[in-house]
Amino acid sequence: MISATHSIAVKASGIRASIGNTEILHDISLSLPQGRWTSIVGPNGAGKSTLLKVLAGLLPHTGRVQLLGHDLHSLPHRTRARQLAWLGQNESSGDDLTVWDVALLGRLPHQDWLAAPSAKDFAAAELALKSTQAWDWRARSLGQLSGGERQRVLLARALAVQAQVLLMDEPLANLDPPHQADWLGVVRCLLETGVTVVSVLHEISMALHADELVIMAAGRITHQGACADAATHRALEAVFDKRITIHPLANQWVALPN
Amino acid sequence: MSFLVWSLVLLSLALTGLGVCVGSTGFENLIGPLLHPNIDPAKTAMAQQIVGQIRLPRTLGAWAAGALLGLAGAVAQGLFRNPLADPYLLGSASGASLGVALTLAVLGGGAGMLGGSMMNGGTAVSVFSGSVLVRLGLTGAAFVGAVLAVLLTLALSKGVQHTLRLLLAGVVVGVVLGAATQMVLLFSPDSLQAMQAFMLGSTAFVGWAACALMAGIWVLCMSVGGLLGRVLDGLSLGEATAHSLGLPLGSLRIALVAVLALATGTAVAQTGLIAFVGLAAPHLVRSVIKTTHGRLMLLASLMGGALLMAADTLARWLIAPQELPVGVLTAVLGGGYLLWLMHRNSRGFAGGAQ
Repeated sequence: MISATHSIAVKASGIRASIGNTEILHDISLSLPQGRWTSIVGPNGAGKSTLLKVLAGLLPHTGRVQLLGHDLHSLPHRTRARQLAWLGQNESSGDDLTVWDVALLGRLPHQDWLAAPSAKDFAAAELALKSTQAWDWRARSLGQLSGGERQRVLLARALAVQAQVLLMDEPLANLDPPHQADWLGVVRCLLETGVTVVSVLHEISMALHADELVIMAAGRITHQGACADAATHRALEAVFDKRITIHPLANQWVALPN
Repeated sequence: MSFLVWSLVLLSLALTGLGVCVGSTGFENLIGPLLHPNIDPAKTAMAQQIVGQIRLPRTLGAWAAGALLGLAGAVAQGLFRNPLADPYLLGSASGASLGVALTLAVLGGGAGMLGGSMMNGGTAVSVFSGSVLVRLGLTGAAFVGAVLAVLLTLALSKGVQHTLRLLLAGVVVGVVLGAATQMVLLFSPDSLQAMQAFMLGSTAFVGWAACALMAGIWVLCMSVGGLLGRVLDGLSLGEATAHSLGLPLGSLRIALVAVLALATGTAVAQTGLIAFVGLAAPHLVRSVIKTTHGRLMLLASLMGGALLMAADTLARWLIAPQELPVGVLTAVLGGGYLLWLMHRNSRGFAGGAQ
């Protein structure tokens, strides 16, 4: 109700997380503004996916994560799932489910235990599949699709949740350029409706379309700032050992290898 | 979907008819006395008893046991996200048979074995007994054995988070409990012969009480399984995704393991160890239709019922008037099917376990 300009959607402080005995994230704190698109970038092994999982409440960690002003851990599972959707990478596939079944799974947080999906659930799943151009294959099983097609279905599953906060790990994996452009369109639509979008991206030029950039290296955040800022560009070049340079091109920024 | 349901139901009905006809007393010797009760009342009574008290319950019992195993197989494959998982994993089957062996050994399982205990109406505790109390007791022992074995497996694998560790623990528990069962039998030679028939798997000891029990448990497991089908669908997209969808995975997994143990334990207590039905039934369904786990459970149940009924009829017919233990037949046929399956798409199984 009380929304100042860019109140905070996700706030993390003092995050440490380990996988096995290795600490992946060292004391991370960050705030992600509501209704904005933040991209997390950094070299391989920087801990980007781990951070995203922590923010989604999927990984044990120390420190505190707040979602829309509430402690993530004190939120009931289903409430959290309605407010925050997460799209992972390399998750196992569910080959036997049809595209339609997968999209409907995105509505699970909205359904009571014994209730069948409602008309609203069907409408949301249909809208999501149409927005990723996956509607035409709704009767096919996931196992019959190519990598890029499957990625669009999984994206539709995450969109069908209609959450206030959407976290996406490598959403462009296997997508061809036209569908990467479509994905940008989907994200812009979400931003217009006030959704907070967080994405981990390897394509730096795509990441630079975002509002904000979080730059990570070796389990720490080295910089957070607006994508248009020169300081952000310098930090980005630094984290990739000056192997790339950010250039302006047609009102956009592109990262080119040196 | 509905096409498959109807064809499986029709197939089961046809097999019921066939199953009633096949046996040491041939169809031709039964149909006459049944149709003309006035000619030879004694023969008619005999025929009625053969059909009503022996063949019909064991044929329907074969269906119910197959249905329970098919359901358990669908649950196991979904729960462990492994297409090669079967209901005997987690040591549930060996736990169940240990429970049965202990019960027999303690309560004097030798009495009236391999003979007329079913006919003379005695209530000797035996795998052949038709008494409701004995059936309930054996099922209870098998269920307790199955649940304890599953709990042991879970304790060894430190929870259900790691599928591979869970499967390995299940194998270990299965082997150890199998050995324990053999030990129990060694020290109670009275029940050895009966237990042997039991462990080979047979529908010969299924009466109406066992039938009703399996049917009841099937309805219960199917209802719970149907409710939890969406959980398995969510899990098939990956653990983290399922978690992100707000599913309380811990408690749901416990509920699914309970369904698995109850269905397996019940089937094992009535028919002994019948291999591969629980593995093959969901596979056969999936090779025809891709669907959600809720529907898969129902279809795998129907498929398992039809499969076991067919195998049972075949086992009785192959070397008539003798009969093969149906477990031996399913092991041979199922083993062949599994080999063929692995040969056909060896690639498909590589990514199953995580």
